[in-house]
Amino acid sequence: MSKKDKNTSEMTTSAGGARAINKFRIGDVIMMAVIIILCATCVLPFIHVAAKSISGNTAVMSKSVYFWPKDITFDAFKRVFGDESMMYSMGFSAIVTLVFTILGMLVCTCAAYPLSKKRLKGRKVLTFLLMVPMYFNAGVIPAYLLYQDLHVLDTVWVLILPLIYSSYNMLIMKNFFMSTIPDSLEESAFLDGATNFQILWKIVLPLSKPILATLSLFYAVGRWNSYADNMYFTRDAKLKMIQYKLYQLVASATEAQTASLADTGGVSQSTPEVLQAASIMFVTIPIIIIYPFLQKYFVQGTMIGAVKG
Amino acid sequence: MAKKSDANKVAVRTKTTWKHAFKRDWQLYLLLLFPLVMVFLFNYASYPGLRIAFMDYKPAKGYSGSEWVGWATFQKIFKDPDFIRALRNSLIFNIADLLVSFPMPIILALILNELRYPKFKKVSQTILYLPHFLSWAIIGSVALTMFKPSSGLVNIALMNAGIIEEGIPFLNEPYHWAVTYLLIGVWQGMGWGTILYLAAITGISGELYEAAMIDGAGRWKRMWYITLPGIKSTIVTLLIMNLGRVMGSNLERLTALGNTQVKEFQYQLAVYIYAKGIGNNKFSMATAVGLFQSLVGLILVLLSDKIAKKLGEDGLL
Repeated sequence: MSKKDKNTSEMTTSAGGARAINKFRIGDVIMMAVIIILCATCVLPFIHVAAKSISGNTAVMSKSVYFWPKDITFDAFKRVFGDESMMYSMGFSAIVTLVFTILGMLVCTCAAYPLSKKRLKGRKVLTFLLMVPMYFNAGVIPAYLLYQDLHVLDTVWVLILPLIYSSYNMLIMKNFFMSTIPDSLEESAFLDGATNFQILWKIVLPLSKPILATLSLFYAVGRWNSYADNMYFTRDAKLKMIQYKLYQLVASATEAQTASLADTGGVSQSTPEVLQAASIMFVTIPIIIIYPFLQKYFVQGTMIGAVKG
Repeated sequence: MAKKSDANKVAVRTKTTWKHAFKRDWQLYLLLLFPLVMVFLFNYASYPGLRIAFMDYKPAKGYSGSEWVGWATFQKIFKDPDFIRALRNSLIFNIADLLVSFPMPIILALILNELRYPKFKKVSQTILYLPHFLSWAIIGSVALTMFKPSSGLVNIALMNAGIIEEGIPFLNEPYHWAVTYLLIGVWQGMGWGTILYLAAITGISGELYEAAMIDGAGRWKRMWYITLPGIKSTIVTLLIMNLGRVMGSNLERLTALGNTQVKEFQYQLAVYIYAKGIGNNKFSMATAVGLFQSLVGLILVLLSDKIAKKLGEDGLL
């Protein structure tokens, strides 16, 4: 009985066994309490910001908004949605992320598929060449000067091209191809006269849908969330992605506040708290919406990535 | 399976010539052209730029017009108090980060593994993974909202509870900032960090637990003598990966949580490179610092990999 239990419950091996012998103990209560507290730290801050974002200015200023909005008003959101530069940055981020993801998947497949073939001559050297960037990076300034020479500095391409090839993602895809697609399948297709392209397109890729979904999400979330390159390599306001925009908005509000009032909670803030909260929610909500879906695929991808190639 | 290894053996024995390989696999080589071009264009092509660490690089003069100065730039940066401060901060904070952030996912994985209700476990995992998916801009701005001295929720709650009289400057005073910065790091990585450990725990044979229980081992003993040794190699591998990052620094995290009041600690290598290089056009110095950072990082990874292999673990490379 208990053995069967163990086989069916995926990660609860010891807990499943323990159930049969131990009774519910104080230890369980403590562990559940710890987990609940930690979960609260992950959820409550966002509920607080959400509550603030739809509360009235005076309620927020009087510090009486905790986790439930007061004097509900959507004015702040109206202002955020009415702000052209915010909407522009959001749209720009979406487009950059989309193009980045498509090109990233393309270059990743182009690298992973050939390198997954053991028969490929020169495979070791080619793999090495494509793995070096993971371990050694010349740094920001040489990259900056290079992008200048390549005339991509301060263009949209500097946000896309340098990062579309990722050794890590390539490794995950290669591992997946090697462990999941049986050689015999391709061999028989080969004997039937199929070319390498046809095998990739008609056999390998359709069988690899889960990993394609996972890596697309890796690419998309990675691009969507990072903005260091946006800080380093672009000046043009038209190239500001939404995360960078949010960072600047909050940073400038904080600096202005600390400089003038040393945070005495005064009312003359450059960005009222409510508006700031609404901006944070505006940027957070897209991720939260697709989060349940994201999470599942990310876990899968990370597991495959952990298997050495 | 047997067929495959036979085919390989044949291939090895006959030694496919390049001509033959190209004829058979030219399409594969063609595919590889795209990633190779990208890597050469955007990674390898930046390596020659490292030479400006050994030059007195003037942007107006370019590579050819600038003077070679040998190791002078390195001597200069090691005398630069700003660099020393950035290096000190980076090392202290990264080591502290490793000490407090590394054990947390292990502890959390052990706890999650012991939870009794699968539903509860699943929901809490989903919630704990959340911070991993949020950008530093979001985390930073939420943290600022939560930790403002007078109007942040944490301070209001503490004041209302009568624990403190006056707001704690969580992010506005260097020492408080240091602690908050580290704890936010722990918070951000703790949930996601459990994944590989939980996967490793699934791989531990259930019979071990059964035998231990028959021998009368309690929960803590089983954790200590079965679960922990069972995930040892995962721990070592992840430790290696993290050791390599001791020289790194994350501009997004530092700037999202930083402000002028905490400059003293927030000034780390990434900030130095950004401020000196991009902000101040001191390209040679910033490049030298970047090179130093990359090389030390690489050496650390190689070294810890060697040590891990000596200890009988798998290693990383």
